[in-house]
Amino acid sequence: MADLTTKTIAQLRDGMRAKEFSAAEVFDQYFTRAENSRALNAFVRFNVELAWDQVKASDERIAKGEARPLEGIPMGIKDLFCTEGLETNAASRILYGFRPPYESTVSQNLLDDGAVFMGKLNLDEFAMGSSNETSAHGPAINPWRREGEETKLTPGGSSGGSAAAVAARLCAGATATDTGGSIRQPAALTATVGLKPTYGRCSRWGIVAFASSLDQAGPIAKDVRDSAILLNSMAGYDPKDSTSIDRPVPDYEQAIAGGVKGMKIGIPKEYRLDGMSQEISDLWTKSAKLLEEQGAEIVEVSLPLTKYALPVYYIVAPAEASSNLARYDGVKYGVRVEDDNIHEMYKKTRGEGFGAEVKRRLMIGTYVLSAGYYDAYYLRAQRVRKKIAMEMAAAFEQVDLLLTPSSPSAAFGLGEKSADPIEMYLNDVFTVTANLAGVPGISIPGGLDAQGLPLGLQLIAPAFGEETMIRGAAALEEAIGFNAQPTEWWR
Amino acid sequence: MTEQRNLLRGETGDWEVVIGLEVHAQVTSNTKLFSGSSAAYGAGPNENVSLVDAAMPGMLPVINQFCVEQAIKTGLGLNAKIHLWSRFDRKNYFYPDLPQGYQISQYKDPIVGEGEIEVELDAERTIKVGIERLHLEQDAGKSIHDLAPKESYVDLNRSGVALMEIVSKPEMRSAEEASAYFGKLRTIVRYLGTCDGNMDQGSMRADVNVSVCRAGNYAKFVETGDFSHLGTRTETKNVNSIRFVRQVVDYEARRQIQVLEAGGTIDQETRLFDVKTGETRTMRSKEDAHDYRYFPDPDLLPLEFSQEFVDRIAASLPELPDAKKHRFVEEYGLSSYDAAVLVADKDKATYFEGVASGRDGKLASSWVTTELFGMLNKEGLEITESPISAEQLGGLIDLISDETISGKIAKQVFELMLDEDKGKAPKDIVEARGLKQVTDTGALEAAADKIIAANPEQVAKVKDKPKALGWFVGQVMKETGGKANPQAVNAILKKKLGVE
Repeated sequence: MADLTTKTIAQLRDGMRAKEFSAAEVFDQYFTRAENSRALNAFVRFNVELAWDQVKASDERIAKGEARPLEGIPMGIKDLFCTEGLETNAASRILYGFRPPYESTVSQNLLDDGAVFMGKLNLDEFAMGSSNETSAHGPAINPWRREGEETKLTPGGSSGGSAAAVAARLCAGATATDTGGSIRQPAALTATVGLKPTYGRCSRWGIVAFASSLDQAGPIAKDVRDSAILLNSMAGYDPKDSTSIDRPVPDYEQAIAGGVKGMKIGIPKEYRLDGMSQEISDLWTKSAKLLEEQGAEIVEVSLPLTKYALPVYYIVAPAEASSNLARYDGVKYGVRVEDDNIHEMYKKTRGEGFGAEVKRRLMIGTYVLSAGYYDAYYLRAQRVRKKIAMEMAAAFEQVDLLLTPSSPSAAFGLGEKSADPIEMYLNDVFTVTANLAGVPGISIPGGLDAQGLPLGLQLIAPAFGEETMIRGAAALEEAIGFNAQPTEWWR
Repeated sequence: MTEQRNLLRGETGDWEVVIGLEVHAQVTSNTKLFSGSSAAYGAGPNENVSLVDAAMPGMLPVINQFCVEQAIKTGLGLNAKIHLWSRFDRKNYFYPDLPQGYQISQYKDPIVGEGEIEVELDAERTIKVGIERLHLEQDAGKSIHDLAPKESYVDLNRSGVALMEIVSKPEMRSAEEASAYFGKLRTIVRYLGTCDGNMDQGSMRADVNVSVCRAGNYAKFVETGDFSHLGTRTETKNVNSIRFVRQVVDYEARRQIQVLEAGGTIDQETRLFDVKTGETRTMRSKEDAHDYRYFPDPDLLPLEFSQEFVDRIAASLPELPDAKKHRFVEEYGLSSYDAAVLVADKDKATYFEGVASGRDGKLASSWVTTELFGMLNKEGLEITESPISAEQLGGLIDLISDETISGKIAKQVFELMLDEDKGKAPKDIVEARGLKQVTDTGALEAAADKIIAANPEQVAKVKDKPKALGWFVGQVMKETGGKANPQAVNAILKKKLGVE
């Protein structure tokens, strides 16, 4: 039998419906491959028994002609999504052993559409990180390596497990979340497609919260069409999330057709950073040219507040996190380090339960919210954030989409940046603005650098401009024609 | 408000006390403020706890519209400004019965702004007390420390229950005023049906802020708005009865004056009230005060509604105590204080109206407040348990008004309705027992003649002392078994005895 793991979700879906292969065969191949790829540390937990039940049910439905949109599609779930009865610990020791008695809205939507959950995927602890190195399980490893080298590289973060699993074909698609770039940066580093929807498009209910005003779920997939198919199922209004938006979900898969002819695509000049690598700069220029050849009009736009996005993000996100993570106190669930004194119990539980990066951000967040500093940091950051969103909205009065690189560098070696948090935070420089403004962004593979590592390109759209964004991304994807695969060194 | 009232005498001169109350009133609602679980009192431990209340990972709050309407209703009842745009903030602190690690409250932008209510102290004195704000917030759970030697237990039934915090301006100037204000607030929320006011169940409790200053300084504060004219305040937490509010103010004022006169200073601190001793003691000082790191809750959108929404709620409001009081004064000719006593309890007011409607209001008020309330008090009954219905009492008043019976006989009928003639209409009782007033002049004259004839000495006396006429009236009444119309007897005797 052919290698079914090379197929896209669209191909799997169509093939199963045409009875070319069964859901069981698809699952078996993916699962075998995933089991033999533990070296990548992408899956932290498998869901074999439940998954097999789902697979059987899927084959029955397919036989009866009752296949749902994602019937029998094997997926990986970022371990930030609570999954009923299946341990969910957000890659944090403090939540070891926590089995949610509920299913997150987004993962439930996928189950309702027939998806099969293979297991839970690695991430940075509480989604705080850009390299997967803050995971309590150790980092997921990028399937891509520099040509002629054996250095282990990061798959990016925080959805590094999701990106590595999709890039290595351990699952057909994966859920991910993006607070400052956590879908798009790992997608860029692994030559996958990562889509962060408009804030409010997907429900946050049941997703372990990092920074409530920025967190947004989205898919990581093999190509643009697959990301659109997954978004169709993930998106939707949820009355249980007050920030979710009641707006019909269009058919995003339909949106891929049509091309960019007549579209205006903006190149924000402030994204051309000092010291940006020539390769990334060239790729950016080249892709703009490709879009132009497809009939798009390329215009330079100015977003002068861009330079404030990263500082604003690193005030707002930790502030919200410092409050969101207060519930992990050892009292109700998860890990408790005992002490007779309640304050000591808190200190020990949180001291031992959280990793260094989480602690750093909780301290930053606590500081910027504290009396005497609130106005200077948090309040000011919120004001600038509003201005950034306005500036972004103004840009979208001139253009339909923005084109930028997804990340300032290709995948880097584990440990190369972890000593300097500031250098690590710079990974988000191209992605945070979309989170602050609440607008959607997508990263697609743009090409390989001189060392043979993938580089990503990002398209940003105005709020609820996912259809235009998907159309633009599909056109660019086709024009680039990226089809490289990592060498399978890990099996 | 600038006159010096309620001065307290100290060793070194006169002092004034200044009081402000922060009252927590549990919103009457079937479900909690941000979750669908029951807000009912009295369930078993942790029975009314949803995933949201227990702060499970990824859980999100969703505002309960009914609680918002209740807060608006209360704001309207406090004659306060309703804010069409408000916001929820997180108040961050660690405590085992606070599962989220923060309380969702309203800090900078409350749903209700400034208002003012009337507070009656006695027959002569009614004061106005300003309301600073009202905001919505979640209650915490309950920690129980006495079930095991080394462990504490947590009951989250209350966690997430909606509270209204009603903050007064620092405008109360005595224990009497503070407790009357607290009582009036309770009356208002019970009228509105927005809080059941059951203090023993914790539905209503007050944080009592007390400070003292030298006589005259309060006036300076009012003039300038400068708080430095006032003394340092202490806050006594969770005072859950009107009487305790009075005790706390009395105790704190006295204690603070003593400390200051001995050369000490008052610490801005949180204190606890000990019900047994009637004293307050330090709970935590300012140095231990939390930095709550308030910030807008990013899980919730700002709370916005239209003026039309408020207007619809306003149109559905019941008649409020002050309006009812003023109407009772106008419609039934009651004194302001009598009216206030009647409206203080909605059920009492309803009963009174049942009696007074279409009758002599003053007579009705006197019968309700003196006879009926006296009886209920003696029997330990609530107005809703009254053995005599408003209809019965009204019927009794009708019999007095149309002179079928005298007031004295009416009291007899009243007693009968409590006992042998329970549930019977007063008219039937009077009929059956032959208690009708004798207005037959012939019969009365005969009785008068008989008494005059039998008492020549008294007759002689009455010529000089017209006041002795009363004795004759009494005798005639006795002769007629109390059924005689006293006015008629009076007139007949005057004529016969030649007294003017």
